[in-house]
Amino acid sequence: MTFNPLVVFFAAIFTNNMIFSNFLGMCSFIAVSSDIKTSIGLGQAVTFVLAITAPINYLLYHYVLVPFGLEYLRYIVFIVSIAAFVQLVEMIVERSFPSLHQSLGIFLPLITVNCAILGVSLFMTIRNYNLITSTLYGLGSGLGWMLAIVALAGIKKRMKMSAVPEGLQGSGITLIITGIMALAFIGFSGIVQIS
Amino acid sequence: MKQTKTIFLEGLWGNNPIARQILGICSALAVTNLMKNSLVMGLGLIFVTAFSELTVSLIRQWTPKHIRMMVQVLIISAYVILVDIFLKAYFPDISTALGPYVGLIITNCIIMGRCEAFAQANPPHIAFIDGIAMGTGYTLVLLTIAFVRELLGFGTLFGIRILGDSWVSWSIMIMPPGAFFMLGILIWILHTVKKKDQEVAK
Repeated sequence: MTFNPLVVFFAAIFTNNMIFSNFLGMCSFIAVSSDIKTSIGLGQAVTFVLAITAPINYLLYHYVLVPFGLEYLRYIVFIVSIAAFVQLVEMIVERSFPSLHQSLGIFLPLITVNCAILGVSLFMTIRNYNLITSTLYGLGSGLGWMLAIVALAGIKKRMKMSAVPEGLQGSGITLIITGIMALAFIGFSGIVQIS
Repeated sequence: MKQTKTIFLEGLWGNNPIARQILGICSALAVTNLMKNSLVMGLGLIFVTAFSELTVSLIRQWTPKHIRMMVQVLIISAYVILVDIFLKAYFPDISTALGPYVGLIITNCIIMGRCEAFAQANPPHIAFIDGIAMGTGYTLVLLTIAFVRELLGFGTLFGIRILGDSWVSWSIMIMPPGAFFMLGILIWILHTVKKKDQEVAK
């Protein structure tokens, strides 16, 4: 089965959004989403890492693991390649773009344990995407994740003054808001379909 | 023995990974539309957490400090691969249903968090018990959410019809928003109960 790369790209942003339909990357989503600027920074970092690690892991899987029959090792290989790549990016950014490092730096180590990154790599192998589709899927997922976290940060900012019931404050209300946002995103379903 | 009891109480209630620490909710939300999937996921997580903590604790004296995160990830991945292969061999249908979420146990912050915070500083047998306790706490929350979602969303429990044919399924409960609402409400209830506990204690 082949997929139109562009369809996959838009589906990853809207109908199969990482957070609203796959629940991936929730940990940092809940913890960080209190400030719009920080959210944008983290979103950019996630998008960047996703767009690069998806093709890297694709190549590793199809040209190293499959020929040797080592598919079952993919978890270890994926997580190591993601961690190594994040480390590499951090070093390059620190040397060459100090200003970017200041705004992005603290988020990079967090990204290794962001389930969205590993999730994208696993989804693309399960769904048998080709190289171009995988890259666009990674990019789209990252943008979708950024859209979600920035939108949530915006809503939370507006809600600062509202009287939230005591037990619901913090993560509770964040989850309820996310639920309502997910409801809104269901409105996109049917426009583009993957899987 | 007393220590074991304290650790279990911590894992199940006082320091429950999902309800208190908001860790590992990715998979908590994704697999809870069916009781069966949640149970399998929970058992897998108990296994991985317990044995990873055991291993991390066993080799903690010989692990260089600056690469310990990498070592922990590798240990966790090895156990996750075991779970994945086991599920594929004996429960192929559940393995397909869980899809990538079995692999995502690796990035489940509960395991990393406990390895880093607990297993690094405690002897192996206590770390092992802590792993079981934390995993069980996680499974209980998973099953609670799945209970409501499957009951309201399909009218069944473990695939067995509970509510009569006249029951109109709430399809929203099976869809992602249902998971967010359920977890939000559950955290709300637990926070309120804990608050009451503390007031009584005072």
